[in-house]
Amino acid sequence: MDRQALLEQIPGLRRYARALTGDAWTADDLVQDTLERACAKWRLWRVGSDLRAWLFTVMHNLHVSQLRQTARQGELARPLELGELAQEPAAPAAPVDGSIDLQRCLLRLPEEQRVALLLVTLEDLSYAEVARITGVPVGTVMSRLSRARSRLQELMEATAAPARADGQQTPALRRLK
Amino acid sequence: MDPRSDHPVSEDELHALLDGQLQAGQRAALEARLARDPAASATLQAWQRQQAALRALHQAVLQEPLPASLLAAAGQAAQARQQLQQWWRWGGLAAGLALAFGLGWLTHGASGPGATLARAQPVREFVHQAALAHAVYAPEVRHPVEVGSAQEEHLVQWLSKRLGRPLKVPKLAEQGFELVGGRLLPGDDGARAQFMYQDARGVRITLYLGSAPTGVHADKAGTEFRYAGDGPVPGFYWVDGGFAYALSGTLTRPQLLQLAQAVYHQLEP
Repeated sequence: MDRQALLEQIPGLRRYARALTGDAWTADDLVQDTLERACAKWRLWRVGSDLRAWLFTVMHNLHVSQLRQTARQGELARPLELGELAQEPAAPAAPVDGSIDLQRCLLRLPEEQRVALLLVTLEDLSYAEVARITGVPVGTVMSRLSRARSRLQELMEATAAPARADGQQTPALRRLK
Repeated sequence: MDPRSDHPVSEDELHALLDGQLQAGQRAALEARLARDPAASATLQAWQRQQAALRALHQAVLQEPLPASLLAAAGQAAQARQQLQQWWRWGGLAAGLALAFGLGWLTHGASGPGATLARAQPVREFVHQAALAHAVYAPEVRHPVEVGSAQEEHLVQWLSKRLGRPLKVPKLAEQGFELVGGRLLPGDDGARAQFMYQDARGVRITLYLGSAPTGVHADKAGTEFRYAGDGPVPGFYWVDGGFAYALSGTLTRPQLLQLAQAVYHQLEP
């Protein structure tokens, strides 16, 4: 495996991480952590097997463990207000730009649904590959995907509706680039 | 799935179609049923729009130049991978240590599946050690050899004595390579010698020689040139008159063969 083969995987990892986290910095940090983890874990990658699938697996595991860590820290800091976290990304609907809406709605999906939807949609991975990456049965991948699609559809429709009603534009949001 | 079946299209089928998880035949059958199912078609279209929007969402990231930090991390990861591969190929950690600390380790320290395999093939082991000796000393800037070409006579006497037979140093000037010098190295069957040559561009080749490994019959193995292209450096090797030779260098196979033939002809008694 040469450097070039690895470099070719990075744009895809970055795009997925950005859609997953909704933030350019967080996403690139995740990619960086993934590459560093790969350094230490190469022994687990079999030569000739799918490099992309392996890197996405490494990234997925890292992301899950980072989320757990954040959740633990959050619990320690604010034991009584956990319920807010679920509501947090639901900022007042402001259709400044379709892509911001889409990203915001994506972030309102439960984590595991977002993961399944993005891996299938952005990376064209088979359900079986997504199942291996996320460590769940294929049936679970399919039900997450199904819920993700329906839920995202509802969220997008709900976001579009009030805008048509009041026709008002809230001040432009800072765009994370 | 029966292509003529008329039961309503299920949601799972729509997902599978959208995500390209169906075989061509299944796909055609499903599309035929969809044509008679406006509700399912509408759902599929909505999901197709959603799919397109998601793919467009951070599309620009794919074209962006990579940040320096990621380039550096990728470089490091690729390097770590290459090192690991080399270790595996050369018999695990022990070979890695041999590369780091010098050849002395190799004869006693080699272990792991690679080494076991090589031990079963004494000639392969010889070639392997020749390649390692090349990899260790050819890049050396200050001390590539123990005795330089200025003391060629001394070099030949010394190595002849240590290897227990009169040696000749082949001349490769015609092929563009001048002698840099030589060194003594340990081998499984006694001392080995390495002669190093360099061309005008600074490309180095090494000729590694020593008693033919035990169990290798010179006349049986003949003087056939064999190519070894899977080590850290490619080379040709042959066995002749109880001695084994390996010529290694980062050159093309025809170039190496030509050099090996030149060496062979000069050493022929």
